[in-house]
This record gives sequence, structure tokens and C-alpha cells, in this order.
Amino acid sequence: MTISDVSPRPADAGAPRPPLLEVTGLTKHFPITRGVLRRQIGAVKAVDGIDFTVAAGETLGLVGESGCGKTTTGRMLTRLEEPTGGRIVFDGRDITHLSVARMRPLRRDVQMVFQDPYSSLNPRHTVGTIVGAPYRLQSVKTEHGTKRAVQDLLERVGLSPEHYNRYPHEFSGGQRQRIGIARALALRPKLIVADEPVSALDVSIQAQVINLLEDLQDEFGLTYVVIAHDLSVVRHISDRVAVMYLGHIVEIGPRQAVYEKPQHPYTSALLSAVPVPDVTRRDNRERIRLQGDPPSPIDPPPACPFHTRCWKAQEVCRTVTPPLVEFAPGQRAACHFPENAPDGPYEPGTDSIVAPAS
Amino acid sequence: MNRPVEEWASLVPMEDDAPTAFLDVRDLRIHFPTDDGLVKSVDGLSFTLERGRTLGIVGESGSGKSVTSLGILGLHKGQHARISGQVWLDGEELVGASPEHVRRLRGKKMAMIFQDPLSAMHPFYKVGDQIVEAYRVHNEVSKKQARKHAIDMLGRVGIPQPSERVDDYPHQFSGGMRQRAMIAMALSCDPELLIADEPTTALDVTVQAQILDLVRELQSEFNSAVMVITHDLGVVAELADDILVMYAGKAVEQGSARELFTAAEHPYTWGLLSSMPRLDRDRQDRLVPIAGSPPSLINVPEGCAFHPRCRFCELSAPRSLTEVPVMTETSPGHRVACHLEPAERRRLWAEEVQPLL
Repeated sequence: MTISDVSPRPADAGAPRPPLLEVTGLTKHFPITRGVLRRQIGAVKAVDGIDFTVAAGETLGLVGESGCGKTTTGRMLTRLEEPTGGRIVFDGRDITHLSVARMRPLRRDVQMVFQDPYSSLNPRHTVGTIVGAPYRLQSVKTEHGTKRAVQDLLERVGLSPEHYNRYPHEFSGGQRQRIGIARALALRPKLIVADEPVSALDVSIQAQVINLLEDLQDEFGLTYVVIAHDLSVVRHISDRVAVMYLGHIVEIGPRQAVYEKPQHPYTSALLSAVPVPDVTRRDNRERIRLQGDPPSPIDPPPACPFHTRCWKAQEVCRTVTPPLVEFAPGQRAACHFPENAPDGPYEPGTDSIVAPAS
Repeated sequence: MNRPVEEWASLVPMEDDAPTAFLDVRDLRIHFPTDDGLVKSVDGLSFTLERGRTLGIVGESGSGKSVTSLGILGLHKGQHARISGQVWLDGEELVGASPEHVRRLRGKKMAMIFQDPLSAMHPFYKVGDQIVEAYRVHNEVSKKQARKHAIDMLGRVGIPQPSERVDDYPHQFSGGMRQRAMIAMALSCDPELLIADEPTTALDVTVQAQILDLVRELQSEFNSAVMVITHDLGVVAELADDILVMYAGKAVEQGSARELFTAAEHPYTWGLLSSMPRLDRDRQDRLVPIAGSPPSLINVPEGCAFHPRCRFCELSAPRSLTEVPVMTETSPGHRVACHLEPAERRRLWAEEVQPLL
């Protein structure tokens, strides 16, 4: 197998890159049924109409609290979950409702790394079988045989080729996550969706795996969608960040803009809640304390989903759904009262500032 | 506490230096014999903790943090654990005490907040009934009074409509609320020692911030001694007055929180500090991980247990390969177990480690 067809990662992050993945209005509602007839009485609106694009070679981080729909989004991108509505266009092809058989060739290009390295590897298979499975399933012939290819992969992710005949239980959590990454890399995919790739690992091991993911991206020109709840990890590996709340994207933009000048109050609240390992700043930090828990996605609040916990909420937030508006170059947020945009929405193409929307 | 000294207490050999600290753990060892060999989960751990103070215990999984806390609570008794050493709580020795006596202290004198509230609470019983049960074991009150107390406690920890939620089952609570209910249960008898084992690991950041605030508030109210066990240095920095860093069942560094974050001296602590991405600093291009993985507790490396992963191992070779370093005081209240010369450690911290943080 050659990797010469993989274009290197563009060095200039600012230049426009063709989108590898385009998601529009993506929705997933899980029905709630009751009674012998399984009549539908409601739906869990896990993902409720989200739009984003991911350019080739970039990393998009998806953050949010548990239950905000970030994992469901990741599972829809890899088609492990059937979308209820919307469109997923991957590399120019609409893959939203492809059948299992027609999806299969595309699985070479889209792979997933799972959160829990303990349950995502079959305990009865050897590492060789696990990492070699993609070759067998896709009937891919490799130059020197599958075993050699698997051993190369193991070496690439920092394991040793002798591990080929071992079983998952013989490895530590960090090593298992490396096995999962090797399996995802086997077919040289274009897109890897990583769902909480490091949250089950210790801090020291976390850094090893994050560095590995970055090295592999540079080497193979991979595109990542990384789902994580740890905001410092997301800042470290993402080029762009999308913040989700209750099935909606409330803010999306370049990493630096989102972290330094967040527009949505929810983003500000999330950032200020992160404990900072700096004792000297313990007492003089300004903090935004959100009250309570996120509302239930079965019966989300009308209009702006965040208004029940937002300290800025006014009447308009309860009645008018805020659209995703561009407030700074590339940075869009769905809020009537953005945090860092005193001059209102940003008009692309011109440097003039338009008046705030009434 | 003016609990009458019971008969068995006089049988325990008293040390010459009677403990003055509220909690005094001395040379605690907890070993588990297994088919593969002896697992030395905790191997000679000593520390003290005063009332009104918070001690943070930091380390990777398998470093013996949780085993230590269960050992203090006496929850290894009756299992196959081999425990030695001493745990002095408010003038009483607990390792040699009868399980029945320790059981009576548990809940009242010392209480624990567990990591995973879903598995720590009984799914068949109402949240309120579980709090009432704990309260009535230690206090002679009527069911009605106990129920009122449970509602009070739930309200105190910030559960909305406590008089209605008291009759809910654990599964009807969200993760953050379950953790609050756990805290309410642990605090229902005003414990003097509160052990929180990864209290916020299962929670989202916004809820984590609420829980950390709550622990801080309740501590100042009850003046209890708090032990926070976590792998998250951010959580420790928020809560702890003192920090104990554990590696492979032993303490490797101990000192005030300020000291450990501004002048850490053990290479493992350096590794922990530099391997985590930090929101309060500019983004680095590369993280600096600790090489390798934590050792097996059956075959702990010879000499300094950290030497196979230590960047500075050669500087103190061959001692680091053969001799187990002991905890020595480098500045008042700051103790480190490392073979490197103190001056050399400070130079490495100032020149090689701190600039990269």
C-alpha cells in the first residue's frame, strides 16, 4: 500500500481549503415509545440541526457537556447512527443515507477512535487480528502481507512489532488506545473521528497520545474531528472549535478566537469553569458560575436553548431563536447578546461594521 | 470528641511520640497477595492532616491513592489485604482497632465521597432513605426528624425542591445531583474527616466548579479535615492547602500547594505539571509527556521506582538504580524523595522545567 496519494497537510492554516466534510442541518431524534404498540410519545432531540464544515487536513474540536449531542454527532459522521434529517457530504459525496453495502467502500476513508480502550477491543482477539481486521474486511492486498503491514503500524503508533500475538488485556490503557489508533489508521483514512480519545487515560499518558495524534496528522495528512469535554485538550489539538449545547452548535470558530474572545455566554462560562493549576490565582479569578444542570433534550427550552441558565437572558431570548451569525472572521455564534462583539456582526469582504441586527 | 476510651484501646501499644495531628498516618503499608505475586499498593506512606485543612493526594491510576483512603476508613478489613503501620485519627489508632469499632466511626467521625455516585448509591432505595439510614445509625432520632434532616442536607448541597426530591430514586437524579446527594449523605453526621475520592471526575466542568465550591463552603462551615484524591492537578490547585504526590505506592513529594506549583522538586511532579495542556498559558506546540507507563506494583523497579521513566535518571546514577530514596526535607514543610542533589534539583527546575510550563 502506498501513501503517495495523500496530500501533505497545508502549512498555512489561514488559506481557504476545500471542505472534506460538509454537514448541513444534521438532526438526530431518538423516539420515545410507550405501550404495546410502541406508539411514539416524544423524542430525545440529541442533535437538532447543526451545520459545519471541516477542511482537509484540519482538526475540528467538538466540545460541550455530557448530553449535548457531541458523541451522537460523531457517530452520525461515521454512519454508526442513522441521521433523522440533514445532509452529510463527505469528499463530494452525499453519504447521509447510504446503505450498509454502499457505505462499505467509504469506510476506508472514514474511521473512528473510541473513548474506552477497554471495551472497544475484542478481548478474545490478538492485537494482530484486531489491527489486521480492516485489511481483511476490505480485502486489501498489502505489499508484504498483512502481518508485515500490521507490524509496521504497531511500530508507527509506538508499540513494538512483537506485540502482534498478544491480547488486549496484556496492555495498559495508553497502549490499548494506541492499538485502537493503529486499527483506525490501517486503511490510511482521510477522516478520523476521535470520540474522547484521551479522557480514559492518565495525564502523563494523555500527553503521549495527543502528541501521537498530531504526528500522525502531519505524516499522513489526516483530518480529525475530535470530540472531547476537556477544554484544554481541545485547545491543544484543534484548529477550529465548535461548542455544542443541547443539540445545537452555539459557537464555532478558529481556536484562538473562541478561546480568547468567546462570543457566546455559554463558551465564556465553560472556559471560566475549568480549574486552573495555578495556586496563586485561586482567589482572584473571575468566575462565571452556571446554576443547575442542562435542561432535558426531550423538552428543550424554546428559542435560545441556553436562556434558562444564561445571566444575560432577556425576553427576546425566550421568543426568538438566535441564528449563527459571524461576529469575527470565521467565528460564528448563536446569541442575541454576544460577549465580545460590541460592534455587531462582522461583514465579510469589507472592513466596515454594520449596525447590530434589531 | 469525648468518646469513652474503650477497653481494647489500652491493648494497642502506644508509641512514645503521641500524635498531635488530627489525622496521622505512619508508615502505612497495604499489600494484597495475589496468584501473580504480592501487590504492594501502598508501601510505607506517612502524612498528617489537621482540622480545617485540605490535603490533595495526586498520582496516576495504580499509584495507591484510593487504596490509601479505603485503608484509612478500614474498608480493607476482612479482605485479603495485609495492612501494617498506624493510622491515628484524633488520638485513636485505627489499624489495630476492631472492625466493629471502626465501623462505628465511619459515617460519623470520617466519611467518604466516592468517585462514581451511580454505583455508590443503592439503586433500590430512595435517595432520602439512604441519607436517613446513615443519620439514624449515629443519632437517636425519630424517622420524622431524620427525614427532616435529610431534606435540610439536600437543600444545603443545592438540590432544588429538596422536600420532593428526597423521595426520588438515584436514577432520577442527574450526574451532578447524584454527586450532591452523595455529599449530603457524607456530611449528614458532620464528619470531622472527609475523604473525597475523585469527587468530580465523572462530572462536566460547569458542574465540577459547583461541586468544588460546595466542598470549600462546607469545609469552612464544619471545620473538617478534607482529603481530596484526584489525578487532576487543576482540582488540587483549586482546593488543597497541602499536596502529596504518590508514585507506585509511595509518597515522592509533599509540601504546600503553593510550593509544589511554584517550586516542585521531584522529576515526577515536573512530569505531571508539564504533560498537561493548560488553559492559563499560551498554547505549546508539543506537550512534554512522561515516557513509558506506570510500573506494575508486583515488580516495582529497583531503587527509585520512577527511574525507568525519569529524564534525569543518569544524573543520580547509579544510586537511583539500586537505592530507594527516602523522603527528606528540603525546605520547611517540603519533603522530596529523590537522589538528585537539592541544588541540582532547583537548577533543573529553574532552567529546564519551569520555562516550559
